[in-house]
Amino acid sequence: MNGVRSRGIGRALVIAIPYLWLAVFFLLPVAIVLKIALSEPRLAMPPYWPVLDLTEGGAGLVAFVRDLSFDNFRFLAEDDLYVASILSSLRIAAISTAILLVIGFPMAHAMARAPGSWRPMLVAAMILPFWTSFLIRVYAWIGILKPEGLLNHWLLGAGLISSPLTILNTETAVFIGLVYTYLPFMVLPLYASLERMDHSLIEAAQDLGASATKAFWTITVPLAKPGIIAGSLLCFIPIVGEFVVPDLLGGSQTLMIGRTLWMEFFANRDWTVASAVAIVMLLILVVPIVLFREAESRRMEAGR
Amino acid sequence: MPAPEKSSRAVGAVRQAFAPWRDPSARALIRFENVTKRFGGVTAIDDLSLDIFEGEFFCLLGPSGCGKSTLMRMLAGFEEPSVGRVSLAGEDLAGVPPYRRPVNMMFQSYALFPHMSVERNISYGLKQDGMARDAIAVRVSEMLKLVQMEGFASRRPDQLSGGQRQRVALARALAKSPKVLLLDEPLGALDKKLREETQFELMDIQIKLGTTFIVVTHDQEEAMTMADRIAVMDHGRVVQVATPGEIYEQPASRFVAEFVGDINIFDAVVAGRGGAGLWSLHAQSGALPLTVDDPDEVLHAGDHVAVAVRPEKMRVSRERPEGENVIEGEIWDIGYLGDWTVYRVKLDDGAVIRVTRANATRFVEAPLDWEEKVFVSFDPDSAVILSR
Repeated sequence: MNGVRSRGIGRALVIAIPYLWLAVFFLLPVAIVLKIALSEPRLAMPPYWPVLDLTEGGAGLVAFVRDLSFDNFRFLAEDDLYVASILSSLRIAAISTAILLVIGFPMAHAMARAPGSWRPMLVAAMILPFWTSFLIRVYAWIGILKPEGLLNHWLLGAGLISSPLTILNTETAVFIGLVYTYLPFMVLPLYASLERMDHSLIEAAQDLGASATKAFWTITVPLAKPGIIAGSLLCFIPIVGEFVVPDLLGGSQTLMIGRTLWMEFFANRDWTVASAVAIVMLLILVVPIVLFREAESRRMEAGR
Repeated sequence: MPAPEKSSRAVGAVRQAFAPWRDPSARALIRFENVTKRFGGVTAIDDLSLDIFEGEFFCLLGPSGCGKSTLMRMLAGFEEPSVGRVSLAGEDLAGVPPYRRPVNMMFQSYALFPHMSVERNISYGLKQDGMARDAIAVRVSEMLKLVQMEGFASRRPDQLSGGQRQRVALARALAKSPKVLLLDEPLGALDKKLREETQFELMDIQIKLGTTFIVVTHDQEEAMTMADRIAVMDHGRVVQVATPGEIYEQPASRFVAEFVGDINIFDAVVAGRGGAGLWSLHAQSGALPLTVDDPDEVLHAGDHVAVAVRPEKMRVSRERPEGENVIEGEIWDIGYLGDWTVYRVKLDDGAVIRVTRANATRFVEAPLDWEEKVFVSFDPDSAVILSR
């Protein structure tokens, strides 16, 4: 009896650990951010009000809740800057993801079709950039893209252009930086789903009268769908909130929500609006994740 | 007992009315002419010529790596010959991509599209041809009926058993009414019972449709059961093309004799003519006198040859039998298979030969036992002469 009960406790503990982790490192911070988002800014420390004072017991809690308001969210909806930032972030993330897909798919396909002995090396090469700090790699792009940088130097030397191109501090630079940074996140899930695919399926399609292009669209792409969805989300979601790349490579006209949030928090010291922005961003990103989960479970269901 | 006349003699079970390969005026549907295929430094197909006729059930049989799959893939269009010509109905296939060939293939892995239902798998090829929607539906249900899979149209491949997948793959490959159907180890993934049933079903379907079937297999039993003719391949060459009966009873070489079925081989030297048109030979360094028939007249005195005898054409007995070709030995092993009993008999020089006996009766008087002295014998016309 005792053994059974202690095993039950052990099992509960094992299950509880990930939930505890989520509670402490996800739910609690989100709750704090939400609380700040519902507060008013104050020139004080902390720079918002009301502050939860539990020394007054239940009455304090009631007073605290009564003082919370949605003013910050209303402000976000009314001020064009935030709407524009969010839309611009979504647009940049969508375009980058599309570019990543177009570049990543052939790469993943080539990797999956490479001789078996090459594949581990190709995967390693894909991961290799992670051995250098992300920040350093983005800084390196400044050196490449700036007017007197490597790229312009080569293009001028080759006689392809007569005056240096302005790339740094434009949206183009942001796209280059984002695509470069996120490529492995696109290629690896795609590779995983393409590598599993039986090549004889393509031959069967061709044997049945489909050209190579037709076989690609009717067989390869549908079978790579889980990889396409996973890779796209792995890129899209963090790109929406990306801060470093637009900050270092983008110009002042490149609006992205991560940057706006940073400005709000550190430059304006408006924690409440910054928190509201963070909450909105979270909500925007939860939608595609839920959709993805839904699609995944439907696929699993169909597979059974 | 008078020997039957040679003209009425036959080997194996042959569709008597169907033998276009014996008709010199018949034109082959598929011709391989001096085809060589190299992969890098490896020669997969070596100067091979082969004719396959319309309506044939043709088997490519050989050990793995003999080039049989490469030969099939050249027909499907997945490989091009390095040298030589492959033609179908008189048309050179060089440069014709797989999707323009009137040839369909059933893959060894079946290669069913996992994201499509049975119905969509079968209709895939028809859609590529731009067939009308209702015509496709009719054709698909025809095909499902042919392979007895009605009622499975909406299933996905992973909801089917191995045998069902095999049927869907067959239906998909036949849906476009190809001139030639290629089957790559079609029954390899099925268990023994199902394999046997399916062999006969494939034969029925082939006869019903009249489509030329080309089957690649390493399973000689499968080839023997289904094929009109078998091409036995080794190291990229065809070593014999013949009916299953001819392959078994008149193997062209030691490789064919040993690859198809079991056989006992004695190395012998031809001594000279014996009585009644038979020849005398000395096997086992002269210790064993043999007498064999030579209907093809290949023997000359002094020749070194191999005398090959199938195990079921040998008899084993406790008493010395009358007649020719009596070999003394000792029972080394007995394997009881139900329908057959296999005796492994050890000869004086240490060689072990196989003799099989059909268990035609349920009870055996005084059965042979391990380590008994026995006599193995065979008739002079049971032996096949192989060059060494």
